[in-house]
Amino acid sequence: MDVEILSRIQFAFTIAFHYIFPPLSIGIGLMLVIFEGMFLKTGNKQYEILTRFWLKIFAIIFGIGVATGIIMEFEFGTNWAVYSRYVGDIFGSALAAEGLFAFGLESTFLGVLLFGWDRVSPVVHFISMVGVFLGSMFSAVWIVVANSWQQTPAGYHIVGDGFNARAEVTDFWQMVFNPSSVDRVIHVWQGAFLAGAFMVLSVHAYYLLKGKHKEISYLAFKPALTIATIFSLTQLFSGHRSADLVAEHQPAKLAAMEGHYQAKSPADLYLFGWVDNKAQKVTGLGIPGGLSFLVHQDFNADIIGLNAYDVKDRPSQVNAVFQFYHIMISIGMALIFLTLYASFLWWRGKLFEQKWMMRIFAFSVLLPQIANQAGWFAAEMGRQPWIVYGHLRTSEGFSKEVSAQQVLFSLILFGVIYSLLFLLFLYSLNKKIKHGPVDYHPTSKLAQQ
Amino acid sequence: MATILGIDYPTLWFFVVGFLFSGYAILEGLDYGAGMWHLFFQKDESRRIAINAIGPLWDANQVWLVIGGGALFAGFPVLYATMLSAMYVPFMLFLAMLVFRSSAIKFRSAEPMLWWRKTWDILYFISNLMISFLLGVVLGNLIEGIELKENFVYDGGVFLSFLSPYAILTGITTVALFMMHGAIFLLLKTEGRLYAKLTFLLRRSIVFFILSFSILSVYTIVFIESVADRFREFPLFFVLPILALLSIANIPRLVSKHKYFQGLIFSSLTMSFLLMLVAFQLFPVLLLSTISPEYNITIYNAASSEKSLGIMLTIAAIGTPLIFIYFLFLYNTFKGKVIMDDDSY
Repeated sequence: MDVEILSRIQFAFTIAFHYIFPPLSIGIGLMLVIFEGMFLKTGNKQYEILTRFWLKIFAIIFGIGVATGIIMEFEFGTNWAVYSRYVGDIFGSALAAEGLFAFGLESTFLGVLLFGWDRVSPVVHFISMVGVFLGSMFSAVWIVVANSWQQTPAGYHIVGDGFNARAEVTDFWQMVFNPSSVDRVIHVWQGAFLAGAFMVLSVHAYYLLKGKHKEISYLAFKPALTIATIFSLTQLFSGHRSADLVAEHQPAKLAAMEGHYQAKSPADLYLFGWVDNKAQKVTGLGIPGGLSFLVHQDFNADIIGLNAYDVKDRPSQVNAVFQFYHIMISIGMALIFLTLYASFLWWRGKLFEQKWMMRIFAFSVLLPQIANQAGWFAAEMGRQPWIVYGHLRTSEGFSKEVSAQQVLFSLILFGVIYSLLFLLFLYSLNKKIKHGPVDYHPTSKLAQQ
Repeated sequence: MATILGIDYPTLWFFVVGFLFSGYAILEGLDYGAGMWHLFFQKDESRRIAINAIGPLWDANQVWLVIGGGALFAGFPVLYATMLSAMYVPFMLFLAMLVFRSSAIKFRSAEPMLWWRKTWDILYFISNLMISFLLGVVLGNLIEGIELKENFVYDGGVFLSFLSPYAILTGITTVALFMMHGAIFLLLKTEGRLYAKLTFLLRRSIVFFILSFSILSVYTIVFIESVADRFREFPLFFVLPILALLSIANIPRLVSKHKYFQGLIFSSLTMSFLLMLVAFQLFPVLLLSTISPEYNITIYNAASSEKSLGIMLTIAAIGTPLIFIYFLFLYNTFKGKVIMDDDSY
């Protein structure tokens, strides 16, 4: 295998692994802000136990997220040197802003959050919680802004040519608010809220099934289900906005998402299917003209298809983009039905009696995780063959001076380390869950009040 | 060309990057240094205290690496890209060791089994040692230069060429400096028998540092020819090595008086002065080409556009005071000796 494909595999592997954790940090962070806020407001000790319990899980998740995130920061330089030189002027400022404004905030307050129970007042502890949560939200902003610039570049001009070509910033705010960044940030935030809320729902549904920690689980379920329901619904609209933007700015990506080949014709909307890239045909169940309707509110409107582009200018892995995209959509829909029905049962006061619902919830943590991953795979594979859309190809962006053996070495290295890390993560998560949200000895200032 | 106080933007950004990496060396030097003493403590309790001394701080200290890396990427993308891809193997090892290190901190005390803790203890020690050594190695390569040809393309060996004798020496000196720095820090955080043991270890590490530093200095003067030329050209800068030597000499004096906080300040100053010396030696070059000076990466051919640097100087001017406030709050919250409780590692 050559350097390019190895570097792509390594980047995909390390970023996909990394992305298990930040959404959980953001989502559980939101739940923690709610739990600790409720504790301060009501003084109900159960909320403090919940806060402490989830904070311990949060600490592991956050830690792995940071450790794997630092690798991402340097991997641009090690494996994508040409790309880094090309976009440093733009991409770099977003990364630097992330470090200063977001990571600095979350990482300093994390120490207070985890170890400061006895050293600061409850209000200051809560402020630290909010600080960490906001830091993780800002983090997402800057990283998604940088990625969105790759998808829909704005506020720049290209200087020099050939090897010396560089993108230079002309308008910082145009760069930050490039056409897709606001919608994608919202989409990513909501995906993260869902990841966290469903993790909380999962664990507490498991307790309810086991008949353990019942009171506290009822208490945790309500805000988590509220968050899950709200953002499952709003995610639908945000997803639709994002798709509209893809239609406008990256038509080839949209075409790949639905396996639409004909250069100019109405396009179908598939519930599921299989794309044969050679025969340029999709086998599956679809709504004729459905995509045209979604984009133009007209079943007969033309949608630009893959064949409008030269083969070298459009994604080659059409079926993969199609499948990832449809996995994301299907899960999104499933989450809406699940949360709406659960909310209905909750309103009728019957939610916790339904064992089968609790069983579904116990496994539901996987759904937003898979959807988040699939969504990113669709977005990034659909961006191909470009690393900066319309300007720099992925095949031009990798480090020329790095050899295939070197990348193979690091790929194996990360493969081994991340496998171990994942086992450790599952092991300690399991242990913390088995241990449960139980009372601690009341030594803290919080408990003395 | 736009300037502030008569200094152009790339030079200003060079100061910013230098400042950030000094901050990284000083703060993470504490953590890495403390980590390298890990196996010198026999009792599990002592090892836990040593880890908890950095417990609430190390995540925050790591911020300086992230910001430093970001600042390099943003301000000098050419250096960031070329240095990382040319020194691929050491950087990958460095990153892998960072993961081991943070895993060891998080997971070591999570289980009571002896084998579990022993394994993590060894991994923790090795990762801190390797990280410190590799940082020194990279610094050594920056001073010596690497084989850069046209278009900033690296043309040297790919696996072990980064381990020149000089780079090994800078690596060892960095290890010694961090160990001394970490021991002083641990002395501020510990009591009783562990404290007594550390006073003994600290004396050893001072000797280790002074020895390795002396060898490195002689080697530098003899083999890195451009050093002498630099000082002949700018004799005023002789003040830098003098300041560095004075602050190094001050450390044993303060330590013998048990003034560890001042000691820590002077070991931090030592790091800053030594990095300033490196900066003075290189400026305006960032990465020396051993093939031809015309292929050198300098602050001018590596820098982002003036517009971009202007934006980032604004970002830094807003962000840095914020970071200082966060750090003051954090370090103030956790000042004093380690107190173990349920939340400790």
